[in-house]
Amino acid sequence: MGEPSLRRDGAWVGASVPRREDPRLLTGRGRFVDDITLPRMLHAAFVRSTEAHALLTSVDLTEARQVPGVVAAFDAADLGLGDITALLDRPAEEFAPTAMPVLARDRVRFAGEPVAIVLATDPYAAEDGVEAALVELEPLTPVVTEAAALAAAGPPVHDEAPGNVLVDVSLFATEGIDGIFGEAHTVVTVEARTGRQNALPLETRGVVADWDDRDEQLIVRTCTQVPHQVRTVLARCAGLDERQVRVTVPDMGGGFGQKCVVGREEIAAAAAARLLRRPVKWIEDRREALTAGFLAREQHYTARAAFSGDGEILALDADIVCDMGAYSCYPFTAGIEPLMASAEMPSVYRVPAYRVRGRAVTTNKAPTAPYRGVSRPQYVMVMERLMERAARELGLDALDVRRRNLITEFPYRGINNVTYDPGSYLESLDLCERVLREEGWPGRALDDGRVLGIGYACFSERTGYGSGAFAQRKMQVVPGFDISQITMDLDGTVSVTTGTLSHGQSHETTFAQIVADRLGIGYDKVKIVQGDTDRITYGWGSFASRSVTIGGSAAAAAAVKLGDQLRALAAHLAGVDVDSCELDGDGGVRAGDRTLPFTELADVAYLRAHLLPKDVGPGLTATASFDVGGDGTFSNATHGCVVALDPGTGGVEILRYVCVEDCGVAIHPRVVEGQARGGIAQGIAGALFEQVTYDELGQPLAPSFMEYKVPTAAEIPDVRIEHLETPCAFTANGAKGAGEGGTIGAPAAVLNAVNDALRGTGVELDSTPLARADLYAALNREAS
Amino acid sequence: MTDVQLVELTVNGERHDLAIPPRRTLADVLRHDLGLTGTHLGCEHGICGACTVLVDGAPARACLLFAAQVENAAIRTVESLAGPDGELSDLQRCFGEHHGLQCGFCTPGFLMLAEGYLAEEPDASRDEIREVVASNLCRCTGYETIVDAVDDCASRRRAALQAALDTVPATAATRPDSGSTT
Ligand code: FES
Ligand code: FES
Repeated sequence: MGEPSLRRDGAWVGASVPRREDPRLLTGRGRFVDDITLPRMLHAAFVRSTEAHALLTSVDLTEARQVPGVVAAFDAADLGLGDITALLDRPAEEFAPTAMPVLARDRVRFAGEPVAIVLATDPYAAEDGVEAALVELEPLTPVVTEAAALAAAGPPVHDEAPGNVLVDVSLFATEGIDGIFGEAHTVVTVEARTGRQNALPLETRGVVADWDDRDEQLIVRTCTQVPHQVRTVLARCAGLDERQVRVTVPDMGGGFGQKCVVGREEIAAAAAARLLRRPVKWIEDRREALTAGFLAREQHYTARAAFSGDGEILALDADIVCDMGAYSCYPFTAGIEPLMASAEMPSVYRVPAYRVRGRAVTTNKAPTAPYRGVSRPQYVMVMERLMERAARELGLDALDVRRRNLITEFPYRGINNVTYDPGSYLESLDLCERVLREEGWPGRALDDGRVLGIGYACFSERTGYGSGAFAQRKMQVVPGFDISQITMDLDGTVSVTTGTLSHGQSHETTFAQIVADRLGIGYDKVKIVQGDTDRITYGWGSFASRSVTIGGSAAAAAAVKLGDQLRALAAHLAGVDVDSCELDGDGGVRAGDRTLPFTELADVAYLRAHLLPKDVGPGLTATASFDVGGDGTFSNATHGCVVALDPGTGGVEILRYVCVEDCGVAIHPRVVEGQARGGIAQGIAGALFEQVTYDELGQPLAPSFMEYKVPTAAEIPDVRIEHLETPCAFTANGAKGAGEGGTIGAPAAVLNAVNDALRGTGVELDSTPLARADLYAALNREAS
Repeated sequence: MTDVQLVELTVNGERHDLAIPPRRTLADVLRHDLGLTGTHLGCEHGICGACTVLVDGAPARACLLFAAQVENAAIRTVESLAGPDGELSDLQRCFGEHHGLQCGFCTPGFLMLAEGYLAEEPDASRDEIREVVASNLCRCTGYETIVDAVDDCASRRRAALQAALDTVPATAATRPDSGSTT
């Protein structure tokens, strides 16, 4: 472990203290991007493609410009921006580079793709302007399904990828694996598809950009998880210096990964602000968010596993195809899903032989981005189905089959070359089962004719990653480290920067707890500075559950450094040896028989610098960086789910949900629980409700909340959460990431529960979202 | 569409005279003409409930109303809940205590939904509260803590009422409207 917390009793870390974000959010005084209004501000709206695939033959904005209130309208040529291009360092047979123009040029690749931007004095007029735009399109045959993409019969989505495959990697292939399959007692197969989903932050994307003449700077207030990456892309596209772009992030209404890639609309709106020298606001409407926002999750698995007669897994062979839609996202590229799935599919099990092929195909649908969990909800679902199926074929208990295969000795080096951080894989399963048993499941009979089912999911999730782990993906842009700077003011309070960014995870509270413990001050004496590229050296933002693990460790390290400065200063003033000085846990330093409050030390550092030691400059500030070691940190969990299936309707009701999670040391247990609950709700959504669908021409069939079914409080059950704690050796606080686990475990647990309820029907379902019609049919066919 | 109409609105007890196009929604007027940005927009088609305000005491979707439609109504937004000194109302405190919010974007809508509902149904059970909470969407919390917060607020209000009744002197107990000042 890194530096221990100053207060060993965990005064702040580990306590569910009141959230510092709450008062403003509860009173309506939060400041979200659409709350920002600037003088002379214009409102942007986008002219979008009505076709999924077409040649763009002309864009006529003459009439749009005549609409009352419209001030300007630009197409791609008018804006003259460079493309957004994300690259992998992989050979041509593994990766086809493609670019995403900021506005479509010559060609449109999905229905909803932005073609032109209209700017008006109010948003209603901007939309009137969009109505008046004339766009001529010459339709091409759209590539709508993964199968059509791979068949490559019509015009390809990108000329650079004639076979519609953007990424094709075979990361692992154990020698002799076919022999193992040939000789195994049992081979089970799962073919699974998972529906296309929208991460769906409740606050849609949005931006307010403004050119500042004094600083010669484009100031972009945007709803992003990755402000520095937006700065880089904008600077490159617009030909500006990095310092000429300042990206700031106000309060954010969720992101879940959708906002951790750079969006073309934010770049277009910012560029328009620069051209017009007027502030420009764009707020995505829900229809745009559902049809042209970044999507995720549409994957197809064909997986086989070889088992011994007593349920030991001997080999795993998987073919994974991910439908990434029309464009590769920045910075992760279209490889994000297949690379994640291929690298980590063995999950929590000791898999001795492994072969995998992962592909990203491109289709004429809205592009995709990471979404909470990234591929793990899918491959965990497939692994857990394989375990269940093997148990059923071998006549064994499914939990025993899992126990037989779970990794129990750490550190464990997997077949995938990943070293797993210690976790509580077996313990979490045991506890989850015990909790459900003690609550009386699954013994409770239902007297309303419904069928009960219980399902489990075991998984771990690599969190934080760090540069080393991300480098293995061979992205040209490698996320990883974080830097924090801490400054103490005259009154002994501190401000800490972090390159990570809260979009609901309470950084203002949890980071303050971490820093407060290191300095021995109240958490209300710590201000967190996030989301401002002018104030933060560099940052990778928040995704992959990296905030507390990496950002929190950097903040802790900076605070320790500042503490050392304070001790050195106290030693000098008191005339004692620095080794005899220590922070007193109450806003001061004990130096010999004196205690010097921080205020006194700060007074010297700023107002009476002549008293400082000769080699010490004025001020109290320290900077530290952190990059997680090893192969990243691994949180783990077991989820248990009880469902009731209605044979009359095919309806699924979740009666009980138990989550036993281990994310190491929980900085703020309530926040961790909140992440689990919210994540589980999103996982259940993917298992039972949400799906982005298209017709055969690539027209979106779920453009509003009437069609895209987001679960409400009526569908999401109460969740019992139990914590286990296996502290992480690689982070400063012993914390592992906690953001994504709920979403990862839920689809598998729900699917297994439903299949348990279907036992005896001869039907097993492996794909999500589960269709009511399939369930109805399964329940109403004669038992075979 | 540049016609302008004169509209008088009463929001949080304050009168406003506005000259606005008739197609302007109540949500946009509250947020952008009156600067009451606490009311949020998550869908603008009546499903998510982030824009919920009280119109004559009843929860309503501000994105589905034109401002011109509610001229004679009393409108309340989230800004009306806390005291003038910023002191949180009991309902707001319950949301905080139960971690009923994460990003906080849906929160004003849920607060106004609950405020209107509890005024009407102070005896609501947890199940009934869950059903009402299902009118709005939250993408962060998984809802349980929102239900807990509203339920807790309802029981605290009932307990406070009971305590008030219990402290009323026996002679006055038959006249609850005379109340107790303790
Ligand atoms: S914004 Fe009004 S209901 Fe969604
Ligand atoms: S707290 Fe984020 S949407 Fe509800």
